Amino acid sequence: MLRLIGKRLVGALPSVIGVLIVTFLLTRALPGDPAAFFAGPAATPQAIEEVRRALGLDKTLPEQFVVYLKDLARGDLGNSIATGQPVLTEIRTRLPASLELTLYGLLVSVLIAVPLGVLAATRPGSWIDHLCRVMTTAGVSLPAFFTGLLLVYVLYYRLGWAPAPLGRLDIFYSAPPHVTGLYTIDALLAGDGATFRAACAQLLLPVTALAIFTLAPLARMTRAAMLEVLGSDFIRTARASGLPKGKIVYAYAFRNAMLPVVTTLGMVFSFLLGANVLVEKVFSWPGIGTFAIEALISSDYAPIQGFVLTMALLYVALNLAIDILYIVIDPRVGFES
Amino acid sequence: MSETLKHIRYVLTENPVTLFAFSLFGFILFCALFGPYLAPYDPLATNGAATLQPPSGAHWFGTDALGRDIFSRVLVATRLDLGIAFFSVVLTFAIGALAGIAAGFFGGWVDRVVGRLADTIMAFPLFVLAMGIVAALGNTVGNIVLATAIINTPLYARVARAEANIRRNAGFVEAARLSGNGEARILLMQILPNILPILMVQCSLTMGYAILNAAGLSFIGLGIAPPTPEWGILVAEGAAYMISGEWWVALFPGLALMTAVFCFNLLGDGLRDIVDPRRRT
Repeated sequence: MLRLIGKRLVGALPSVIGVLIVTFLLTRALPGDPAAFFAGPAATPQAIEEVRRALGLDKTLPEQFVVYLKDLARGDLGNSIATGQPVLTEIRTRLPASLELTLYGLLVSVLIAVPLGVLAATRPGSWIDHLCRVMTTAGVSLPAFFTGLLLVYVLYYRLGWAPAPLGRLDIFYSAPPHVTGLYTIDALLAGDGATFRAACAQLLLPVTALAIFTLAPLARMTRAAMLEVLGSDFIRTARASGLPKGKIVYAYAFRNAMLPVVTTLGMVFSFLLGANVLVEKVFSWPGIGTFAIEALISSDYAPIQGFVLTMALLYVALNLAIDILYIVIDPRVGFES
Repeated sequence: MSETLKHIRYVLTENPVTLFAFSLFGFILFCALFGPYLAPYDPLATNGAATLQPPSGAHWFGTDALGRDIFSRVLVATRLDLGIAFFSVVLTFAIGALAGIAAGFFGGWVDRVVGRLADTIMAFPLFVLAMGIVAALGNTVGNIVLATAIINTPLYARVARAEANIRRNAGFVEAARLSGNGEARILLMQILPNILPILMVQCSLTMGYAILNAAGLSFIGLGIAPPTPEWGILVAEGAAYMISGEWWVALFPGLALMTAVFCFNLLGDGLRDIVDPRRRT
């Protein structure tokens, strides 16, 4: 199995190379002349020439690509013009906030979508089947930023159940000591129940908005996969042999149905990471999405490139994790290759 | 031909949801074509005397912070939103379908190059890639269309590739080849018309996704400049008022956005019923 996992790691290399080439090309496709842009509006042609040489823009594209790779290897993503900070530092401090949102969003979405899909498939035509169908069709049509705003209006403004949509913690609390960067986990590690509850309260609305958006493809896939497995020969045999229904559904059918669902997780992550950016804006979440949006508005290019690169590498890593999970769940994968 | 019509009528009457989707599509198309002439107010005209009015007989959807009529703004925005989605889907169709068919039909190095390019695009979270493209190429409507088209291309190319691959050695292709047709001619005259219906279904589904994507980009401040009415911008403008209770500013453009996406998703399912050969028996 280890060899198989190693093989998958090597298999992810072309994706990483592709991502690096695309982000490099995006940096070089800046509108106008980057040298003139960085030299400022009052620069003389001579000054622009100097900046061009300093930035290495007088070299050929492949040479520039090598320089770009060397900078990346040193962890140099450039500096943000707006804050003056290295982009890497900014991203490192903000990434846990985004990750916390994404991971809880996925967790909630899976916890609702999978049981819903299974119940819908085992009781076709029942009210839960119809509920599943309505939720999957409506869920993909609801933009996460709009759901987020509706939740803010109903649960914060109308009912007052949720705290104000302003960041990761209410101002009365201070951040727990940094261990993982995920406030909920850090608060638990520090044994601080009040901060934990406060962090959960802030997470409630954005996580719900993300979960609603990503629930649809997961529930749809679970339902379809369960229906297909339940109609297959080995389930018929199990039924004919008189095995208890619970064992058939949960031990045999469910495990086999999980395979296509795990495959869809890749697509779900793509949705999730994109929706994350929008949800972060709605909830003033101090993650890398908000950072990128601020940079976009002030035409600050280095942070945007750093953001795109980080997200893409994160996505490649997540897909790799899904691949490995697949090997763990399905022992047949090893024999086929 | 009358068989096809009969089948379309059967699908429409058999499934009320499909009929509903088609009527909704007609309505949205009507708004896009005639919206600017039907709007009761000038969508850009401000009115200091009537700011943040809740929905009423005079202003069906209320007014925003500058006293602009939200109903007129939502109505007029239909054309822009639909236009962006439409042109990006056309572009996706042109690039994705051709590349995919060529990959599936010729195989070999064409297949490998197309596959590798598609994989590279799919290695990014798609919305994030769209943000990067718009940021790099410049903040214009044209680039929103381009970015939306690029991120949707791999899905298209995959569908087209799979369908073309099945048919590359089909009887009618062999027949065309034996009667002396060139490969390019077979590709365009035989393969493309045969898989067109399947690609059209994909078009409808992608349309919904394209609308969502474009609205998301303008929601974070990319693409269209603020005074222009566009659903994503309208929701963004109303976002700040959700916390203070003026729900109508963001709700109505959001609902319009949702309805349009919902319509194209339903339409895609309905079109699939029409073109799916298994349904024809």
